[in-house]
Amino acid sequence: MWRQVLALVIKELLAVLRDPKSRMVLIGPPLIQLVVFGYAATFDLNHVPMAVYNQDSSQASRELVAHFAGSPTFRVVAMLRSGRHIDTLIDSRQAQLVLVIDRRFTRDLLTRRPAPVQAIVDGRNSNTALLIEGYANTILTDFALRWGRAHGGPAPPAVLDTRALYNPTLSSRWFIVPGIVALLTQVVTLLVVGLSVARERETGTFDQLLVTPMRPVDILLGKGLPGLLIGVLEASAIIAAAVWWFDVPLRGGLLALYFGLLLFVIAVTGIGLMISSLVSTQQQALLGAFLFMVPSVILSGFATPIANMPAWVQDLTLVNPMRYFLVIVRAVFLEGAGVAALVSQEWPMAAIGAVSLVAATWLFRRRAI
Amino acid sequence: MNPVALRRLRGLLRKEFLQIWRDPSALAIAFLLPAVLLLIFGYGVSLDARNVPLALVTQRPGALAASFTAAFSHSPYFRPRPFLTIQEAERAMRAHEVQGIVWLPSDFARRAQAGGDAPIGVIVNGVDANDARIVEGYVQQVWATWLTARARRRGEAAPTPLSVQPRVRFNPAVSSRDYLVPGLIAVIMTLTGALLTALVIAREWERGTMEALMVTRVTMREILLAKLIPYFLLGMGGMAASVAIAVLLFGVPLAGSWWVLAGASALFMLAALGMGLLISGFARSQFVAGQIALIVTFLPAFLLSGFVFDIGSMPRAVQWITHVVAARYFVAILQSVFLAGNVWPVILPNALALAVIAAIFLGLARTVFRRRLD
Repeated sequence: MWRQVLALVIKELLAVLRDPKSRMVLIGPPLIQLVVFGYAATFDLNHVPMAVYNQDSSQASRELVAHFAGSPTFRVVAMLRSGRHIDTLIDSRQAQLVLVIDRRFTRDLLTRRPAPVQAIVDGRNSNTALLIEGYANTILTDFALRWGRAHGGPAPPAVLDTRALYNPTLSSRWFIVPGIVALLTQVVTLLVVGLSVARERETGTFDQLLVTPMRPVDILLGKGLPGLLIGVLEASAIIAAAVWWFDVPLRGGLLALYFGLLLFVIAVTGIGLMISSLVSTQQQALLGAFLFMVPSVILSGFATPIANMPAWVQDLTLVNPMRYFLVIVRAVFLEGAGVAALVSQEWPMAAIGAVSLVAATWLFRRRAI
Repeated sequence: MNPVALRRLRGLLRKEFLQIWRDPSALAIAFLLPAVLLLIFGYGVSLDARNVPLALVTQRPGALAASFTAAFSHSPYFRPRPFLTIQEAERAMRAHEVQGIVWLPSDFARRAQAGGDAPIGVIVNGVDANDARIVEGYVQQVWATWLTARARRRGEAAPTPLSVQPRVRFNPAVSSRDYLVPGLIAVIMTLTGALLTALVIAREWERGTMEALMVTRVTMREILLAKLIPYFLLGMGGMAASVAIAVLLFGVPLAGSWWVLAGASALFMLAALGMGLLISGFARSQFVAGQIALIVTFLPAFLLSGFVFDIGSMPRAVQWITHVVAARYFVAILQSVFLAGNVWPVILPNALALAVIAAIFLGLARTVFRRRLD
């Protein structure tokens, strides 16, 4: 039996890898994506264009503006002389932040009344708006504390001493690049497995396969294993690139990483086989793969946290294998977690894998007869 | 176009529409795919952190510590959990039970009274850097509010002598859904448009019916037009459905006008369909066409369009790449038309870019198809 399965695996691999175009599709684009997305997918802000409308040309206000100009986050693109153009600047996206320093700024500072400063932010991208507000607040608070201290003001009773664990510089690349391991592994595995049966159905060779002495389970194994193999290899290449190209620290062990990866690829293979056994054309298979893949990426925590979703959507994510693997891959990379610490993520993937494989076998057998 | 050619085109169009009608997968791509995706995305994608689980470690309870921790339970952003030792809190953080720790050490009250500047430890889980930064911002807000309130209660001058008045233009509630949903429409329609033409033509190549068409007297231009017109109409139908979902279901305000939206959508749809045509000109099979469509449309539209990730913060080389991503221009137009209104300095250059991209894709597709004939 194993010889037959092996023969089918080799045949499947040949079918995918022999055609130069589909070979290229499996190797080239994922690597290009890894590099481009590794650089592009960043929530970090730098050189945000800002404008300043300083109505109080004094030493103190100029010092405040210098704090902004000196920060790597902001780039002062305009010094306004009147308040008329503030809205136009923001509307046309020439500036994402306009700092308005009131005429009473210095006077209020010296008389110890809260000195008014207005920060106008472009809210079209609310995440950027929040981050810009946060950065601006940090600079303003920093300035205020320093100014108060230099001019004999009272010291605040307490100050914040902030530090980030696991990712001290809060680089979003450390968050996104391990996520790409999960993303691309899922894309490649699902497409290889999902389309393999449909392709044979379309060309009519599937019936030939069914009349061989192989059992449906053997055929399923022969169809599933190549995807598994390609998925694990592809993931290894991306993991290597994450470590050596993007310098993301790999603090945990490879055992924990590959154990999670294997469970993930098995679960995705099971889903791919289910899609494969339900459809009769490649177009339907692709549609099925898209209809599974896109929501599974969005609802995985890849770019936006699951905790922010409404409760019923959070429940929906429980059947998404990528959700669990993302936690594993990030925990192993950044937190140095081991196999035992990740059991809560491992068993749901194993369960999804078992259920989908059984379901695929059942669907397959029903259609084969 | 002479009357004979027009009649041929009508015949081809009839064939296309019949085909769409009989095989529902094109209809599914045009209507089902965008509707399902928009619903899932619209509910699923949110960057608004609320009820962040936060560990509050008070090693020696007292009046000052209590007034500070009380400020957290009043904040809508946090769901505080009290801890007595930092070790327990760190264990909870490792188990992903809390996102951050606010730690008042045992000498907190003494140092605060002695000369001020008592350190409050803030430790956030930095794995999700964006979330961590937002949480840090919220903690800072709570702290600043607490300082001001305390100073006012005691009749002292505020230790942070600035009063910052933030104003967020266009989206005062800073709701991420209002900005994500318009961007999502662009991402989804990129995928839909490219898939519609790429898969349908790849199928004709696979079945050999394209060659059959080519031995007839129809010209390349007529074949392309006959493919473009029906799928353009389908795509615009899907677009209209998406906008309806955004406005009626998600309540995203539409500040600009309908005709600007329709015009920009038409330009964008031409670009997306052109991209699909171009893909189908290269790909021989539906497998390859689908793969390429996914790789060159959905993922770049998701990551390189400025829909979630700020283009201005990307490395220069990547910023250059974003210029060939049609979704980039459409996202800019959509976010402005929905949230800001008809802002011509944003709409005109981006619409021009869309028109150029559409022309380039359609022109290239025609060349590629013609070359493939020989």
